[in-house]
Amino acid sequence: MTDETKPPTPPPPAGDTTPPAEKPAAEAAKPTAPAPAKPAAPAAPPKPKGPTANDASSDPVVQRLAAALPGAVLAAKELVGQVTVEAPPEKVPEVLRYLKDVEAFTYLVDLTAVDWKARAPRFDVVYWLHSFAKGETRIRVRAGVADGAACPSVAGVFLTANWMEREVWDLFGIPFSGHPDLRRILTWDGFAGHPLRKDFPVEGVDTGAAIYPDHYPDGGGPSVKDPLKKVVS
Amino acid sequence: MSEERAGTAGSVPDSGEPMLGLREMELNFGPQHPSTHGVLRLVLKVDGERIVSARPDIGYLHRGTEKLFETETYPMVIPHTDRLDYVAAATNNHAYCLAVEKLLGLEVPKKAQYIRVLLDELQRISSHLLWLATAAIDLGAITPFFYTFREREVILDLFEDYCGARLTLNCMRIGGLLEELPPGWLERARAFAETFDKNVDEYEDLLTENRIWRQRTIGIGILTAEQCIEWGVTGPPLRGAGFKWDIRRAIPYECYAELDFEIPTYPNADTYDRYLVRVAELRQSRRIVLQCCDWLLKNPEGEIRGKTPRVIKPVAGDVYASVEAPKGELGFYLVSNGGNKPYRLRVRPPSFINLQALPEMAKGHLVADLVAIIGTIDIVLGEVDR
Repeated sequence: MTDETKPPTPPPPAGDTTPPAEKPAAEAAKPTAPAPAKPAAPAAPPKPKGPTANDASSDPVVQRLAAALPGAVLAAKELVGQVTVEAPPEKVPEVLRYLKDVEAFTYLVDLTAVDWKARAPRFDVVYWLHSFAKGETRIRVRAGVADGAACPSVAGVFLTANWMEREVWDLFGIPFSGHPDLRRILTWDGFAGHPLRKDFPVEGVDTGAAIYPDHYPDGGGPSVKDPLKKVVS
Repeated sequence: MSEERAGTAGSVPDSGEPMLGLREMELNFGPQHPSTHGVLRLVLKVDGERIVSARPDIGYLHRGTEKLFETETYPMVIPHTDRLDYVAAATNNHAYCLAVEKLLGLEVPKKAQYIRVLLDELQRISSHLLWLATAAIDLGAITPFFYTFREREVILDLFEDYCGARLTLNCMRIGGLLEELPPGWLERARAFAETFDKNVDEYEDLLTENRIWRQRTIGIGILTAEQCIEWGVTGPPLRGAGFKWDIRRAIPYECYAELDFEIPTYPNADTYDRYLVRVAELRQSRRIVLQCCDWLLKNPEGEIRGKTPRVIKPVAGDVYASVEAPKGELGFYLVSNGGNKPYRLRVRPPSFINLQALPEMAKGHLVADLVAIIGTIDIVLGEVDR
């Protein structure tokens, strides 16, 4: 063991082999001692606070968009490299049309909504687009929509928005004006309520469709006799 | 190739004239039809045998998954993602973990990245094998089923030995993985990949030059690249239309940038070319599996989990992350309000969005070809309905 450690430590040429042998042993022990402490250290206080949002109004696409459509960009921010543009809902079809035709964002990746419950415009409708010409660049457009207010449909800009808007209508109850076929898509026609709203109970509502109302409540959900019944709202 | 293709096109040519011309009939296709791969219902308007319009009616398998996400803490969401595309659970886990890691600013250790990619690619092979088996059986070719399920079984056994489950894997964790690969696992995965190319040759022997298969698929369900992009269709249908786009290369995640593989494309945008794309992807995934196994055998040391905080509370904000799932672009849009549960978690389901183009693809074809077209999109209703 001592012979093996000798070659990499040439500076002490003295005959005593025990100190260099001890030294690597001490060094080997040193890294192992803090090693178990290292993963534990970040676990106790969540030190890495994560990424922070930055202002993205200097992004070239955002600047060109703001110049081309005055009043369309309310704000722009960047988080983990993803740019989000805030736009008023009535301007959204125009904004998407501009991004598609001029900036070559030809692929509408997805469209969805977020329910903020207590906030002033209750919902956010979010669109994100991809450009095949711009490599990894994607842009997200967000519009605040009040409860009960209609959001203009973009199904005329992107065909793929058709089902996505139907889904948002079905699950959030945001009507899209100008949509060619605004029907429910995941729940059935005549279903009461919009399940992804925050005030819709997770355990279900009375839909009048229960077959055994004594055991299972109307509209599904756990049995009334279920001891593990979980009710969240 | 083109004259040859023209010569084999077997579908009745569409002269544009009405077939019976008497009246259009409405026909229900599904939701209990075996070739709809689940509970998909199509309301067809037919003129004789020809489809005038097809209207998909979905939602029979809706389980409110996105609502459930909001009631679970971040780690508890992972098993729910298994149930979306239940034949490709690894990629679902992966896309979700990527989204949370992005918002946490977490770095995944290199070794975990390679294991994740290895699991993803095995999953892609098994998903494509299931597709090949069922799409062929829908068109009457029963034999490929026995061949593809033989290999799929090997992959499922590998998954079972890694995480205990065969389909609903729950195999990834935020920041990395739960466990190391068991001893001997990599050697077995490598041995499988080494011989897998020969297995793909066997499937191709059964189908690629098969006259019936060609007559049933060539020229059926055409969706050009422009239409694909307009309809948001991604994955093999887009590459089968000659458009070279794959998230693994376009927006690289994990260690894909270090791996050597190609993105196969075929130009004709029909069912046959989408079949060729998937078969070529089997071979490419095999190459990736081999490279990952070699890398992992060479670098057995290393962490499998990053510095994941014990309580996961991402900063308030929103983030979108996507992976190339076997069916197309699978993404998760995560909105956090700083709490320990996702405030909103949206799945961008490739099956749902690809299915939307079905009426476009089916228009003018015969009812018998509709089965081929449903098969070629490769939908999983768990993901369509969520």
